Order: sequence, then C-alpha cells, then structure tokens
Amino acid sequence: MKKYTIINKKTLNSTVTEMVIYAPLVAAKAKAGQFIILRVDSEGERIPLTVAATDKNAGTVKIIFQIVGATTIKLNTLNIGDSLQDFVGPLGKPTNLDGIKRACVIGGGVGSAIAMPIAKALHEKGAIVDTIIGFRNKELVILENEFKNCSDNLKIMTDDGSYGEKGLVTEALKKNIENGAVYDEIFAIGPLIMMKFVVETAKAYNIKTTVSMNPIMIDGTGMCGGCRLMVGGKIKFACVDGPDFNGYEVDFDAAMERNSTYKEFESTARDASCNLFKKGVE
Amino acid sequence: MANMSMKKNDMPLLAPEIRTKSFEEVALGYSEELARLEAERCLNCKNPPCVTGCPIGIEIPNFIDKIKVGKIDEAYKIISKSSSLPAVCGRVCPQETQCEAKCVRGIKGEAVAIGRLERYVADLHNALDEKKKIQITKNGKKVAVIGSGPSGLTAAGDLQKKGYQVTIFEALHVAGGVLVYGIPEFRLPKAIVEKEIENLKRIGVDIQTNVVIGKTLTIDELFEMGYNAVFIGSGAGLPRFMGIDGENLKQVYSANEFLTRNNLMKAYLPNSSTPILKSKTVAVVGGGNVAMDSARTALRLGAEHVYIVYRRSIEELPARKEEIEHAIEEGVEFKLLTNPVRILGYKNKDDKRDPKNGSVIGIECIKMELGEVDTSGRRSPVPIANSEFVIPVDAVIMAIGTSPNPLISSTTEGLEVNRRGGIIVESETGLTSREGVYAGGDAVTGAATVILAMGAGKTAAKAIDKYLS
Repeated sequence: MKKYTIINKKTLNSTVTEMVIYAPLVAAKAKAGQFIILRVDSEGERIPLTVAATDKNAGTVKIIFQIVGATTIKLNTLNIGDSLQDFVGPLGKPTNLDGIKRACVIGGGVGSAIAMPIAKALHEKGAIVDTIIGFRNKELVILENEFKNCSDNLKIMTDDGSYGEKGLVTEALKKNIENGAVYDEIFAIGPLIMMKFVVETAKAYNIKTTVSMNPIMIDGTGMCGGCRLMVGGKIKFACVDGPDFNGYEVDFDAAMERNSTYKEFESTARDASCNLFKKGVE
Repeated sequence: MANMSMKKNDMPLLAPEIRTKSFEEVALGYSEELARLEAERCLNCKNPPCVTGCPIGIEIPNFIDKIKVGKIDEAYKIISKSSSLPAVCGRVCPQETQCEAKCVRGIKGEAVAIGRLERYVADLHNALDEKKKIQITKNGKKVAVIGSGPSGLTAAGDLQKKGYQVTIFEALHVAGGVLVYGIPEFRLPKAIVEKEIENLKRIGVDIQTNVVIGKTLTIDELFEMGYNAVFIGSGAGLPRFMGIDGENLKQVYSANEFLTRNNLMKAYLPNSSTPILKSKTVAVVGGGNVAMDSARTALRLGAEHVYIVYRRSIEELPARKEEIEHAIEEGVEFKLLTNPVRILGYKNKDDKRDPKNGSVIGIECIKMELGEVDTSGRRSPVPIANSEFVIPVDAVIMAIGTSPNPLISSTTEGLEVNRRGGIIVESETGLTSREGVYAGGDAVTGAATVILAMGAGKTAAKAIDKYLS
C-alpha cells in the first residue's frame, strides 16, 4: 500500500474528524502521549497532531483533529484512499504511567482525543481510571463510548448543561476529590486555560498533575526551538523535552501569549480557505 | 604566460537595491571570459599549497588548468573525484581561510579565486544536465547514513561510488539538511541543492525522508535490518538561547526557526501556508554566517532597520568576510561591542487580552570593551558599567549557535558523547565508541562549516570502506 494512505475517516462532530493513516513505521513505535507531524500536500505547512491510537498489525495510526485553520480544513477535504504528503513520528516522549494505582484523566474539547490514549493505557495497566471530559455543548461531545470502555468512572461536563452535568471540569475534579478519591496523579489535556485551572485546583490538594502542551512547532525534532516554553523557570522544548510537563512548573500565561503569535495570519488563512469552499459550492 | 594581475577578477553581483527586495542569488557567477582570465592567474605550483588547505583535498591546480583550455568536463571530473557537492562548496566554503589562504598569489596581492572557479565549473556542468549512467559494481553491503546534510551527502556519495548500497534517513520532508533549511536562497539557490541530490540518486543512493533516527527507528534496529555500518551526520540540533528575560516573547525567534520558516517552508512566497512575522525593525544577536543570513533575510522580508548585535568588535566577527560585506552593502547596521541584557515586551496592565501583550518592543543592551585574550584566542568582551541602552525593535533573532541534539545519543546504548553532548569520535576515522558506527559534522563538532562536515563525511566513508572490506 502507498505510504500515508487514509484507510478510514469518521466525523466525530461538526468540527472534529478522525482519520486512520497507513504508516507502519510510526504504528510500530508510537506510545500514549506521543505525536506525529504531517503535511497535507507538497506546499503544505507542517502540523503536529497527537497519536490517538495505533494498530501495529495493520500498520495504521489514528489521528483526531479539530478543523480550525487552513491546513486542517484542507486535511478534512481528503477522503479514504487519498494519501498525505508527509507523516513523521512518533515524536516527543511517551507519557510516563509507571506506578500509578489511581488517576484522574481530564480532557477538554478536542483535547479529549489526546487524553483518551492515556486513559486507555492506564486502564490496560490495571490502574483505576476516573475520567472527566468537558465540552461546550452536547453536539460537541466526542469519544464517549471509547472513554466508557477504559474508565472506572466517567463524568461528562458541558458548559450549557445540554449533556452530562453543567459546569467546568475543575468542579467535577473537586467533587471527586471531596468524595474521597485519592489520586496518584492527574493528567490534564485541553485548552491552556483549562489546564491552568486544573493545576490550580490540584495544587490545593497537593496532587501531582501532568499536562500535555501543544505549542507552535515546525520540525518537531528540537531543531527550530519554536515550541519553547518556560517550565520551572527554564526554557524547555515541547517536542523533545515534552509534550508532557509537570503542570505546577509550566508558565501558562507565557504559553498563551506565544500561541497567539500568528493569530492574525491564521484567521486570514482560514477566511481565504472558506472563500475557496464557497466558490467550490457555487 | 600567467595572468600576473595582483587582484582577483570581481564576482559580478546583483545590485544591492535589487537584492533587498528579492531572494534571487546575489553572486551571479563568472562568465567564460572572467573564468579563463582568473584561471590564468594560477601558477600551477608543483607542490600546491592550496590543496593542503582544502579539507577534502581537491586537486585545485589540475582543475584550474583545464579551465584555461576550456575543458570544463575534465575540470568537473577532477573536482568530483574529491567532492560530491561542487556547486554548493563553490558558493558557501570559507575559501579565504582555507585553500585561498594558502595560495602563493596571496603573498603579494590576492589569492586566485578558487571558490569562484569551482562554482563556474560545477554550474556549467550542471547546466549541461548530462544523464550519463555511471557503472558501479555493487559489493552487496549496505550502509545507513543518518541525515542528508553536507556530511551525510558526502559520505553517501563516496560509499555508493565504492559499491555499497547506501540509504540516507532524513527526519524532514526534503533532503539537504542545513543546505535547505538553513542557508537562504540568495546565497545558495535550492535548485542547486536539488541538482546535487539528484546526482546522488542517479548513482543509486536511496533517500528515505520522514524517518527520525532515535524515534522512528534506532541505530540498533538499522543493524537488525541488515545495514553493515552506520554514519551519523544528524547535524547540530537544539538552538541556544542566552537565558535573559524576554526570550519567550512572541517575536523572538531562534535563527533556526526564522530561517527554517523562510527557507524550508518558503514563508517568503506570497501564498505560503507557513507564516513568518514581517517585522519593521529587527535585532539579530550573534556575528556568524547564520546571523548574517538571518539579518539579510529579515531585510528581504521588508524590514527597514536590521541590526547585528555582537559583543566583540568587527575584527572578531566569525562570519565570512564576503557575507559581512554583502550585509553592509544591503544596509544591515552593526551594533558592535554590544551585548543584550534583556528583551522588552509590551504589557497592557488594564487589558490582559490586548493582542499586543507579549510583543517585543525593544532590546536592552550594555556596551562592551575588549579585555584579556581568552581561551578562544580572542580578546574577551567585558561589560562597561552603567552603559545600558535600549534599541527599539519589534523582533529579535537569536543566532548564537546550537547544541547537539540528544535524540540519537539518548537512544543508542554505548554511544559516548562529550560534556557538551557532541558525539565522541576518533578524528582520523570518525569511528564512535560503537563498532560499525561512525559520525561527523556538527553532530560531533557543534556548529561549524559545510566543508568541514563534508571533510568528516569523506573521512568516515574511507574508514567505513576499510572496516567493511
């Protein structure tokens, strides 16, 4: 089979798509917490995406992405049988899951797709897994069944209360802890602001909290330094030192600023792509 | 009769005012006449000192002799006995400190323009686009080369020509390494790099892109896959920062990131899908070739003022003389004996969501003076108390070097590295602490030059051939 062929494609909600890509070398190695970098076509930019699952026998890697910018819009136009230009990995360090007896895995929005393999790996190692996933509303809920299969206790939170419980993931975390859950570690993956507040909440109970950072990146092998973060007062590169970091040490405010570097460019690119689609429809 | 002119024939250049608006190559190359005139300046010394100055030992007077009689094909054959990348070397080698530094003509007057003549031969040859099949007898042995930069390409070319089946593993989506992501189009057109890589593919070198050794595959797995030897030419890796306040502000780039966005990802093209910030006033920290490349790229992207901030004086600038001259012609401003103290960012105290928050507004520097000679043999810069001042800028590019990438050393048992993370090798062979594993280039030395990396690739290829025969 041709390298990087799309074997399967599934719409998880109106803005999130799942794809299964044929990439045997990556499938053979990837572990929970690692990521890949892909390019859609020969002129495309390099974008990092977390590995959602692998099938070593089939040689496939599952990715889940939110359609947010020009590249993900273009990626979403591809179908089963098409192939990607480039697909490299696995990059970053795998999530360290050693010695955990009970953990709380928290996912926010499309970050749930990154949280899922961690919950699954913990479950397979025999740990008790409490999962909390949060979304804006019912329509945006993804991977509910997958989480059910690997969680001992699953809570779904929505901002508007249209599904699960109304409220923030931090409220559910607090409730779990107050109700007596004793966690060796919390894993939080989602928007920076969510991870920041999960860390704040966890600090009050002195529970170790690992976050997965997703900064702007180009090569993903440590060469460009674009993905640098301040962690414990030192410069760290998310691609080689992470993407997982001790949440207590991450400077989230600085990370939020850096992530907005190309905001203007991204919205222009998105508008341009949207206009192209409109033309396509006409 | 030799041409006894004391001066080199000038290289025709694109006018500076055109240069700053375009990524076209600056140095245009010799015409046939200029090349012949320059070739005639060579005295064809019996014991040519220039050859001893060349890290890969090109038979310089012999190829120049062929230019004198217009036999460019033969000149090319002589160069390619030693070099796999003549069109690249003719452009980016620091000839003034190597071959040309030893040239007898340089004692009274200027050295023969060896680099320009090498480029002339290579360009003319490549323009002819000969598709001659070279017959190589295969010896049935396989060698893996990690990285497709100057050292990897050289080792691959030499080994393939000796009969080995060579596979190059490249982490990025295109081959060429620093020649593609680092050195800008205006100094080394990417079409030339492609051509050189095409030449290697034509002799049978297999190039696998998108494979990160240390992640996708390990060195031990390469041996399990049947490779008989491995050459590591993975390059320098992690960009260095100064550790001063403000280095994580939005418009602070490592030179690697700035150049990669521009060169590899083509951010300078109007329809590029990779963005780059087009800043009006830019400070580039550092004084090497990478700093010059960054500064000249920033100008071409539309900056009105670009400053080189360097802590020593003009004499100590490590960049090639030609690059410094070109930068000055194009309007790059030099802030010498100046060292950054911190980078200043915008902060709107009343509005945390102001999009300008975290943007660079200036770089605070301190003036320096030269003190005692340090271990590098240069006078070390010492800060002058209370001389701090601010240069208002809206972007900063840190071009202060790189440290070795740990991806391979951390996943290869028994591969020894030095205190700085560089792979330890025997200098005569490039052999590492692991049997059958050789290394060269920036992965060993830290950031250095294209030609030194090529020299290391050559040395290792010879040693690998000896090891496997």
